[in-house]
Amino acid sequence: MKPPALTVDGPATQHVVNLQGEWTLKGLEGRLETLRAALRSPAVQGAPRWNLEGIDRIDTLGAIVLWRAWGERLPTALDAGERTRDMLGAVAVLESRRRASAPRKSLAELLVALGGLAMSGVRQVSDMLVLIGQLVFDVAQSVRHPRDAPLREISANLFKTGVMALPITALVGFLIGVVLSYLSALQLKTFGADVFIVNILGLGIIRELGPVLVAVLVAGRSGSAMTAQLGVMRVTEEIDALVTMGVPRSLRLILPKVIALVAAMPLLVLWTSAAALLGGMVSASIQLDLSYAFFIEKLPEVVPIGNLYIGLAKGLAFGLVIALVACHFGLSVKPNTESLSSNTTRSVVAAITCVILVDAVFAIATRNIGLPG
Amino acid sequence: MSGAVIDIRGLETRFGTNVVHRDIDLAVEAGQVVALVGGSGSGKTTLLRQVIGLLRPDAGQIRLFGQALFSGDARSDRELRRRFGVLFQQGALFSALNVLENIAFPLRELHWIDRDAIHDLVMVKLAMVELEPRHAWLMPAELSGGMIKRVALARALSLEPELLLLDEPTAGLDPDRSEAFVHLIRRLSSQLGLTVVLVTHDLDTLAALATRVAVLGEQRILAYGPLEDVMKVDHPFIRSFFCAERTQRVFARSRV
Repeated sequence: MKPPALTVDGPATQHVVNLQGEWTLKGLEGRLETLRAALRSPAVQGAPRWNLEGIDRIDTLGAIVLWRAWGERLPTALDAGERTRDMLGAVAVLESRRRASAPRKSLAELLVALGGLAMSGVRQVSDMLVLIGQLVFDVAQSVRHPRDAPLREISANLFKTGVMALPITALVGFLIGVVLSYLSALQLKTFGADVFIVNILGLGIIRELGPVLVAVLVAGRSGSAMTAQLGVMRVTEEIDALVTMGVPRSLRLILPKVIALVAAMPLLVLWTSAAALLGGMVSASIQLDLSYAFFIEKLPEVVPIGNLYIGLAKGLAFGLVIALVACHFGLSVKPNTESLSSNTTRSVVAAITCVILVDAVFAIATRNIGLPG
Repeated sequence: MSGAVIDIRGLETRFGTNVVHRDIDLAVEAGQVVALVGGSGSGKTTLLRQVIGLLRPDAGQIRLFGQALFSGDARSDRELRRRFGVLFQQGALFSALNVLENIAFPLRELHWIDRDAIHDLVMVKLAMVELEPRHAWLMPAELSGGMIKRVALARALSLEPELLLLDEPTAGLDPDRSEAFVHLIRRLSSQLGLTVVLVTHDLDTLAALATRVAVLGEQRILAYGPLEDVMKVDHPFIRSFFCAERTQRVFARSRV
């Protein structure tokens, strides 16, 4: 391969610019700037005659470099082969395209964009309401026509979101219990209030930590999966296919997810709280010499049963919130990869935020229940 | 350049116990337009993916421009990959990038062409595939099927390849668009001096584009040569593929 080159021949007033070699993407690599500088030099700029016969090959980049150097027009005297002329002809479209650029946004359009942002917020809320309303209808339909009830889907979702989550929730719960117990024990020891470890762990875990911990795990685990699944089904038009077959998408896709998660969450809360208490118990017995029997015996005495009900109710509510948020974002995925990934992220973030909000509401609403004193 | 652009020797492919290709030899000379045809499941697309280097054959060798892919040298593999462009069946445009960025992407990856030149290059490529400059700011989701193919073709051509591989270039296009697209491919391949390999089962495309036809079937190449010669081969599949009445109609039309 001969590299692209440029020479100027002939007497001073009648320069001929000779081009040789490969004026291609490959040939120009590393030589682009030197050749551009050579093309800008006064001797070349003023040359009346261009000889391109020596060019072995020219592609779009080579033609563009020459075209720009000539000021978007062919030189008056040009010797060139047919291929070269073809290529130069192809880039001749550039003259009118030079100023083609992305359309600029005017102030009015910015204002419209701002309004659109606000409207999309309103739409999110109204879409969510529609989704909830649709689910109510679906439940009614399922009750009236039990044959339509998506039992298999509910069972499959229950397995996926509930059973499959058992190991990870137990592990995380156990470890949190150990850590909490260990840190509390350090403090309690200094006051000689060792026995109160049961109160702290019992109340903290059953009422607050267990449900929130599970909710965060499930939002990350099942919520994101639900959003991604619905999103991909939208991208591949599977949802449209379902609808055209007369299968209502909410009844078959949304309702099973919501019901399954609402059913699974309280059970997961129970399971995780138990694992956390077990972790706390193990840690307490090692650090404070508190026997397991004492811990188990003392637990119902110091933690009123109301706390357990609050924990379970929280699980129920959190499950509903997570499933609704996940399905809502899944259904609003647009058919491209960017939208899919951003909606999955938004789904998890929104679900966890909503869970914390609902938790705060619970804290206020149940402030008179199950607390000693 | 002399010698075969694509040289396949003794290629063998198995999926589990299912043998797809057995001892396939195929050579594509520079400047040819070769159509790979065959029934569903005959491994046309698999063969194409092996040529591109997305799949590795179980046995045998594929050489592109006299050089083997998977040489072990990442640099020379990359150089080799830049010498061919691929048009995927669904276009495979990056959905997060607009048309301009899609076509500019391979050029930007070279890291030595300035922004203005890249912009110019994209605009010229857009004109080559007969699209308007204003289309440059559309997202792939906003394009029609025909436009997606054109943008994908422009992207495949952006590194000035010598070899162009097309997977079902006209699948999913209506007859009108498909004819226009075939016309475009033919014009560009002769203008740019490309070697083209296409996988297709559309007879119109085949008749309009291919200078040579390779028929895949029964795990091997049943016939390879100019269309007239291939049609004379006496084999049940070839007979049913080419000699049905509809086929004759297509070829009669394309001869006019």
